[in-house]
Amino acid sequence: MTSIALPSGTPPSSGRRRSARVLPGFNITLGYTLLYLSLIVLIPLSALAFKTFTLTWPQFWEAVTSPRVLASYRLTFGASLIAASVNVVAGLLVAWVLVRYSFPGKKIVDALVDLPFALPTAVAGISLTALLAGNGWIGQYLEPLGIQLAFNPNGVVIALIFIGLPFVVRTVQPVLEDTEKELEEAATCLGATRWQTFSKVIFPTILPALLTGFAMAFARAVGEYGSVIFIAGNMPMVSEITPLIIIGKLEQYDYAGATAVATVMLVISFVLLLVINGLQTWQRSRTAGNTQ
Amino acid sequence: MSARPTPRTAQRGTTEAPWVRYLLTALALGFMGLFLVLPLAAVATEALRNGWDAYWEALKEPDAWAAIRLTLLTAAIAVPLNLVFGVAAAWCIAKYEFKGKSFLTTLIDLPFSVSPVVAGLIYVLVFGAQGWLGPWLMEHDIKIVFAVPGIVLATVFVTFPFIARELIPLMQAQGNEEEQAAIVLGATGWQTFRYVTLPNIKWGLLYGVILCNARAMGEFGAVSVVSGHIRGQTNTMPLHVEVLYNEYQSVAAFAVASLLAILALVTLVIKSIVEWRSERELQATAELPPERPGDTPAAPPSNPAEPYVHVPLASRAAI
Repeated sequence: MTSIALPSGTPPSSGRRRSARVLPGFNITLGYTLLYLSLIVLIPLSALAFKTFTLTWPQFWEAVTSPRVLASYRLTFGASLIAASVNVVAGLLVAWVLVRYSFPGKKIVDALVDLPFALPTAVAGISLTALLAGNGWIGQYLEPLGIQLAFNPNGVVIALIFIGLPFVVRTVQPVLEDTEKELEEAATCLGATRWQTFSKVIFPTILPALLTGFAMAFARAVGEYGSVIFIAGNMPMVSEITPLIIIGKLEQYDYAGATAVATVMLVISFVLLLVINGLQTWQRSRTAGNTQ
Repeated sequence: MSARPTPRTAQRGTTEAPWVRYLLTALALGFMGLFLVLPLAAVATEALRNGWDAYWEALKEPDAWAAIRLTLLTAAIAVPLNLVFGVAAAWCIAKYEFKGKSFLTTLIDLPFSVSPVVAGLIYVLVFGAQGWLGPWLMEHDIKIVFAVPGIVLATVFVTFPFIARELIPLMQAQGNEEEQAAIVLGATGWQTFRYVTLPNIKWGLLYGVILCNARAMGEFGAVSVVSGHIRGQTNTMPLHVEVLYNEYQSVAAFAVASLLAILALVTLVIKSIVEWRSERELQATAELPPERPGDTPAAPPSNPAEPYVHVPLASRAAI
């Protein structure tokens, strides 16, 4: 144990090769992993691809670019973008306060950050709706002011902010914990103000983590269904998200149309997954560079 | 972090003025209160709006009971399946080098980035009446989609990576030396896993199981697509909440929702305990004197306080 000190934990390759011969169970675990992965994930996902290929190109294009579907893309991606941006600011603030300051009940607050991961989305949806509807705790004060937060696109954004909050906090927090105080001390000694130290020294170190958190929150928001449908009002062209379009088409037995829209969403998820992987690699190389 | 004590005077330059600290803390807590605490409080008050009797009535209702049983059954099948898979996947990915390893890791993460609705849809396309296996299943009178097996499958899909993702970095960081020693000393593969690997990964394992279970019980989108929404038969708790809510039975909906909220809080408590315990164990081992003094040239001298690889339980889980 003691000799492994690299962050990645990769011993020299010769050691690995020797270990492959010593430790048993490679074939059976890899075989089971591949079998289970294929049965649960790969084969069902390929069904989506095959179903899409049964459509002709004009059919596919018509299904994914009808006005109602286009409106849903605008709402889904626009609301996800706004929500993920809010999450970056709020998440950085929460992570900063949790890492740098101490206050009573900090451990409880820290644990509570993960609530959106643990709370079923349907519960989040109905409780946010109950709060923001015209007769709710918050809604009753906003409605006289002419502000409506439920049953329109505003509600979608709020539900997505709730869902995405932990991502930014949990990606930024460990990086913030590992930043070296010495750098900040040096900056202060050289005459930097606190704000300069933050923007020129701390911010560049946490930027990759912030972007990773943003991308994760965005990716989650794009696919989110449970919490949104209760609060959105689900009016076609106005507050109907793309996952709901898929459900709607399925309920009308329009399997081909549902599949076409699902394929678009799946491709976008893949692109986002690649972006997140790339960002994480960048972040790792950044932190590895810091420690050396 | 270095163990060098920081003089009090240097502290002043590396933190903010008190009013900034209070303002930022107040803002952060205000945001969390508004977005996290208030919804929880709303669930509790709405559920108890008509008193405890109405609350119990709503929970005792046969359809609610059926939903609770189905949710427990689904989690009881999905979590062990993904547990076995998670351990197997982590073993082959963390303990060996092979071609395509990082690709395999990406594939394991895949279900996290698929929208729950799409996850449900793919099972409809495979097992549905118009799907690949639909006609064959119909001939043999087997119902998968719009029945319990479909719900279980969709749940397995959305919770697929949880445990594997927790274990892979943990086992990678721990390396192979202890297992190799056990094998060299004559232990069988199973004994090595049971007595060497398992004690090392138990906290990570528990952490993954808890998160997996929370998601399995709370999944809505994927299950909603493959469930036929038959009351008392194919409605899980989140789906039952939706049905009640759409029927304007607000108290009943929030009563069932309150059970799920309690589940979420219990999950958070266990998760925090696991984090603290594993943290403490890591610290305890870090304070032990090195076993082979002078034999650790690979450790960079810059961090003598931390000779052990410290992998905090990842919270990046759960897109």
